[in-house]
Amino acid sequence: MQKFSGWSLLKEAFSGHQGWKTQWRRAAPKAEYDAIIIGGGGHGLGTAYYLAAEHGLTNIAVVEKGWIGGGNTGRNTTIIRSNYLFDESARLYDHSLKLWKDLSQVLNYNTMFSPRGVMMLAHTVHDMQVSKRHIHANRGNGVDNEWLTPEEAKAFCPILNIDPNIRYPVLGAALQRRGGVARHDTVAWGYARAADALGVDIIENCEVTGMRMDASGAIEAIETTRGVIRAKKVGVVAAGNTSVVMKQAGIQLPLESYPLQALVSEPVKPLMPCVVMSNTIHAYMSQSDKGELVIGAGTDAYNSYTQRGGLHISAHTLESICELFPMVRRLKMLRNWGGIVDTTPDRSPIIAKTPVKGLYVNCGWGTGGFKATPGSANVFAHTIAHDEPHPLNAPFTIERFRDGLLIDEAAAAAVAH
Amino acid sequence: MLVIHCPYCGPRPEPEFAHGGQAHIARPHDPANTTDEELLQFLYLRENPRGLFRERWRHARGCGRFFNAIRDTNTDFFVTTYKVGERPALPGGAQ
Repeated sequence: MQKFSGWSLLKEAFSGHQGWKTQWRRAAPKAEYDAIIIGGGGHGLGTAYYLAAEHGLTNIAVVEKGWIGGGNTGRNTTIIRSNYLFDESARLYDHSLKLWKDLSQVLNYNTMFSPRGVMMLAHTVHDMQVSKRHIHANRGNGVDNEWLTPEEAKAFCPILNIDPNIRYPVLGAALQRRGGVARHDTVAWGYARAADALGVDIIENCEVTGMRMDASGAIEAIETTRGVIRAKKVGVVAAGNTSVVMKQAGIQLPLESYPLQALVSEPVKPLMPCVVMSNTIHAYMSQSDKGELVIGAGTDAYNSYTQRGGLHISAHTLESICELFPMVRRLKMLRNWGGIVDTTPDRSPIIAKTPVKGLYVNCGWGTGGFKATPGSANVFAHTIAHDEPHPLNAPFTIERFRDGLLIDEAAAAAVAH
Repeated sequence: MLVIHCPYCGPRPEPEFAHGGQAHIARPHDPANTTDEELLQFLYLRENPRGLFRERWRHARGCGRFFNAIRDTNTDFFVTTYKVGERPALPGGAQ
């Protein structure tokens, strides 16, 4: 791997930038691997990286039906936080947040992680009670979160409208200072480059079309558009398409796939120093380093694989944005798009073994998977390598839905999708 | 925004409707003697196909009635909508 540093940049500057090498190989599938990861997004590439880096499994492949990072990894609003209500979630997401902190150094790739603070607004008495409950629960789990008055919220985000006469006035806010944003593409690229350097084959344009089990019912091989590939261990990290992939192994999961939208404005000078989210009026916004305002809208009401979403959904979010941030009212929106998110009934992920031996699944991240990328990949790699869950993902089984052990973040999400 | 044909009222814009998820899921007749696996199937497991899907809608801000539809989740085009109690075959003849 060609190491990136100030020196390498300087050296290349003197040689006309002709010496930069391709960051990962364009691998063709081999006949057999020790493990295969289905899905080349951040979670899947990260899983391959941690399998190689921490568990010594280097004969592995990541198969991706499109191009890496082209699904939800490249379509999200890049918000990172760990202020989840329940103990299981707080531990899992905070594990991830801690990995984000050093990720650029670990991968030698600038993920542009910027812990600029995530501020979640309260507009009603109920919001205030829920926010404060969150703050106390978070602090009990060692996750930072603090209460701000409307004036303190405005000091933290000066473009916020705290006029008491708007329809949903800001009554206060919960602030997680360690939260923030990162550059989404670099997460996929950084993991891909680091995994490739450890020998992982990254195989793009390779769609999985079937799974083969041996006589004992254990996974034996996957069938793809680029041929049959054998492996004793297969990890499925296919986000919105998880139901489709898992059906090939005869497994039905408690998942429904919905289009979730986001949009960006034309780029402007820096005006927003943090991330602001509002559950009650459904809006969240931050500013990218390019200057675009990155805005998250909601999911459509119905399940779909179209990667679009209805325009009335994003229009609804923009109404809220215009009330909360009046100064952005005349900005033009550059693009809007959709990603397909796989949601579980309790809005918590599944990171677990499956009824098929050797087949593992990491799915159900719903509307909030980006923040969890390093942590999810880290514990999923552990699950595959040891055939046992890591203590952090042990509660996130498939069986919890049968056994009534839900981790009910549905009522605790940052925005009500 | 979808235009949805309510079988009672005709074509109407999507915001008049509420989506009710997968259609034709019957509540267990004898809950006391239902196994955990059966309850799991009833409560949580869904088809979630990429393709034709039988789903339930309610014309919530219109006539208020429930009805079912066949929609292609790849394109969001409706094949048909139909009244409760009916079950038209999928294109190709499958039930």
